[in-house]
Amino acid sequence: MVALVATLGVLAGCGSDSSTGSSSTTRAPAAQASGTITVFAAASLKEAFTEAAAAFERANPEADVTLNFGASSALARQIGEGAPADVFASADTANMQKVVDAGGIVGSPTTFATNSLEIIVAPGNPKGITGLADLGRSGVVYVTCGPEVPIGTYAAQVFDNAGVAAPTPSSFEADVKAVVTKVTSGEADAGIVYGSDVKAAGTRAEGVAIAADVNVVATYPLGVTTEAANPEGAAAWAAFVTGSEGQAILATYGFGPA
Amino acid sequence: MVFFALPFLGLLWRVPWGDAWGLLTQRSSLDALRLSLVCSLSATAISVVLGVPLAWILGRVGFPGRGIVRALCVLSMVLPPVVGGVALFAAFGRRGMVGGPLYDWFDVRFAFTTKGVIMAETFVSMPFLVLTVEAALRGLDRRPEEAARTLGASRWYAFRRVTVPAIRPALVAGAVLAWARALGEFGATITFAGNLPGRTQTMPLAVYLALESDTGQALVLSLVLITVSFGVLVGLRDRWLGGDPGTLR
Repeated sequence: MVALVATLGVLAGCGSDSSTGSSSTTRAPAAQASGTITVFAAASLKEAFTEAAAAFERANPEADVTLNFGASSALARQIGEGAPADVFASADTANMQKVVDAGGIVGSPTTFATNSLEIIVAPGNPKGITGLADLGRSGVVYVTCGPEVPIGTYAAQVFDNAGVAAPTPSSFEADVKAVVTKVTSGEADAGIVYGSDVKAAGTRAEGVAIAADVNVVATYPLGVTTEAANPEGAAAWAAFVTGSEGQAILATYGFGPA
Repeated sequence: MVFFALPFLGLLWRVPWGDAWGLLTQRSSLDALRLSLVCSLSATAISVVLGVPLAWILGRVGFPGRGIVRALCVLSMVLPPVVGGVALFAAFGRRGMVGGPLYDWFDVRFAFTTKGVIMAETFVSMPFLVLTVEAALRGLDRRPEEAARTLGASRWYAFRRVTVPAIRPALVAGAVLAWARALGEFGATITFAGNLPGRTQTMPLAVYLALESDTGQALVLSLVLITVSFGVLVGLRDRWLGGDPGTLR
């Protein structure tokens, strides 16, 4: 059973029914993980990790993966305040480094995925947005996240790379999924999100590509926390996500290899 | 009692007193303070203007289904604020039931605007005023009002000169409670109105976001909110409710 702990104040907009169809050949690994494994993961990992947790639990029936999604910055702060996480998966290295610097991670984190950025718009692209320059146009409601949230910093880098002045947003949302929700619900016209988010939104949104030469590669590090209540389970989860099955699941959700 | 007091002591303990004034007077704090004051006072004013007639109808006019109407009017008080925000979204959002036509025909938008903040705050705070005033109206001795009517006072005149002064403590208490609730509004605001410094980022939103970037600022702003709330409660008890707690019940 996958317990989804919704982060306070965050409108987790999507009723993501983790597609369970892919019945993979479950070979029992040598060591079975057991107990509750609490994974704090970047909001953009929501769909991929939800499916990965289901697959992990099929392979390890004794284990129960509890997922807590939020802005990597919020999760890093919660871990710093002593939140009971066994694993932390961040959408950027900066927030992971905060936890590492505070002595919160065992060893050094492992990069397990990458992601690129896209502009998310309503289906059919009613505002005719073709690129970054259109986001600042009057009449376009653009939302983003604050600079402490990974996507906020990545978006700023993209505007910088393109030599386009970053538009004044209508709102700084709490995490990238909140940006997605504002666009899919029609309150906002556009935002910059991860390619995986556009994919996860399915027919409720459309993506506008950002040219490769100005795009940013988001790297996702993962680490087992020093205060982990279930270090064996945490290590098993880390091995699963970096292993072939976990990587395959991430790939179906639009993440790139590490 | 210790359980209630400890969180506040903890807060006082962690506030960076040396930088407190600087943190409080920096641009983002002042913007949030100003916006909080403007929005919460506007929400209170709207609550009084709309809430007193509503309380009067609920308290004085008998009609079938009154219990259900009353429950509907105060529902937002017990609802999780985020749910209230979602409901506002569904009704007044750009693709909402009422918000859609408003946007298409008049280009009026509530989401991401200060109007949206005031609307969210009014939505969650008005029930406090309605309930307080309604209770006072029900508990009121109606004879002076009737006497005024027999002496030729119009219904409005009697209401204004006889009823309102009699329920004044309740009216003030209700307005202050509504104001305090509006000041602390978070869930419905961030869900419905978004978060932009200077436009929709009120103090509670600033506190929540500052936690991730500048904990000191979050602590100082929290302290301001607590001080205000505490002052309101102490003041309510001693000044406004002082003489006659019976009218409030």
